[in-house]
Amino acid sequence: MITRDEFNTIAANGIWKQNTSIAQILGLCPLLATTTNAVNGIMLSLATIIVMAMSNFAVASLRNLIPHEIRIPVFILIVAALVTVVDLLFNANLHELYLVLGIFIPLIVTNCIVLARVEAFAAKNPPLQSTFDGVFMGVGMLWTLGLLGAMRELLGNGTVLGGIDMVFPSLQPIQLLPESYPGFLLALLPPGAFILLGCMIAWKNWMDAKAAERARLKPPAPVASAGCH
Amino acid sequence: MSAVKEFTAPGMAVRTAAILFIFVIIFTGLLSAAYLWTKPAIEASATEEKMKLVDEVLPRNEYDNDLLNDTFALEPTPELGLSEATTVYRARKAGQPVALVFEAVAPDGYAGKIRLIMSVRANGEVGGVRVTQHKETPGLGDYVEVKKDKNKARPWITQFTGMSLAQVTDKDWKVRKDGGKIDYYAGATVTPRAVTKATLKAARWAEANRDRLFAEGGAK
Repeated sequence: MITRDEFNTIAANGIWKQNTSIAQILGLCPLLATTTNAVNGIMLSLATIIVMAMSNFAVASLRNLIPHEIRIPVFILIVAALVTVVDLLFNANLHELYLVLGIFIPLIVTNCIVLARVEAFAAKNPPLQSTFDGVFMGVGMLWTLGLLGAMRELLGNGTVLGGIDMVFPSLQPIQLLPESYPGFLLALLPPGAFILLGCMIAWKNWMDAKAAERARLKPPAPVASAGCH
Repeated sequence: MSAVKEFTAPGMAVRTAAILFIFVIIFTGLLSAAYLWTKPAIEASATEEKMKLVDEVLPRNEYDNDLLNDTFALEPTPELGLSEATTVYRARKAGQPVALVFEAVAPDGYAGKIRLIMSVRANGEVGGVRVTQHKETPGLGDYVEVKKDKNKARPWITQFTGMSLAQVTDKDWKVRKDGGKIDYYAGATVTPRAVTKATLKAARWAEANRDRLFAEGGAK
């Protein structure tokens, strides 16, 4: 079972401390591609939550059967099979939702967060904890990508909730800045995503440093990038 | 794993390979099972999607055949603006030709091609036209798409329903600005003009090719 403390630690790690996008700097490829608006980023995160919970659970359950030497190919096999099964099940049983989330599910294959969490957490922890880890890593990704998407969209187009009509056909994007706003293309291009992501990382480090100072502790050492795209 | 044995290097390799093999078998099996289990549902929803489009241009009570399986493979047809092969669906009632459902492209939209699906009845009447794909300016030319048309009671594109070459002359089959009788909203003429032109060409094409299209491949 899971203790309250364990649960809190997992949640805090996923949402803030080891946030995939602004602490671990993982999964940049889908991040750059989808965060041109908030809706896409959130949808990708929702699909990722489902896949991460499932793959973490599967790997944690099988972890004692997987020889250390071949763990990576086995993990990849499990993740790839699960992504495909999720894709098929969505298409068959939740067709309406599939039309919305469907294009994001194959993108998860390019997302190494899934493999990273399987390797770093699920391979060493029991199934329940691992499932929660998958979910909360996804939740951390959700708010980060949502915020990044919203900022890029607002700077780039002057709108919020672009693409919402894809999810709820009755809703329309809202023009927040005046119609005459000329747009700022850089924000919508991948370099803009990098720059804004950099600002978010700086903001997180600043918040952490402030918290550490308040606690009269040394600021935490900056987390090195895992070198994954 | 009970008693920990010392493995020789080849023994270890064989053991590892065997375990990997077992994992591959299990997960391939899982994939195949999921594929086979979901296949009917996925095909059903793909059919449903297609039928939804067909229903927009041809009421279901007008025909009684399995239209999605009574098809004609159409070669690229410049008259319809199609540069690729497409499928024509043939609607019949009691074996008698009712209508053809086919795709067409208006190549000269304001922002490139406008893809249409339309039906033409055996008597030459247009059963209905719908835009399936376009890049026209949002809020200006995109009213050719029913979903974006502000006139919900009588969307612009429904004007073509019931028109036929026998009743409407080529001169009338134009937007008002060009001397025809097709209404359009002020501000965007290029888009409706392109769609109007494409429907006229398609109606002519259906008239000329109807017998060939219904005959070939045999009725089911």
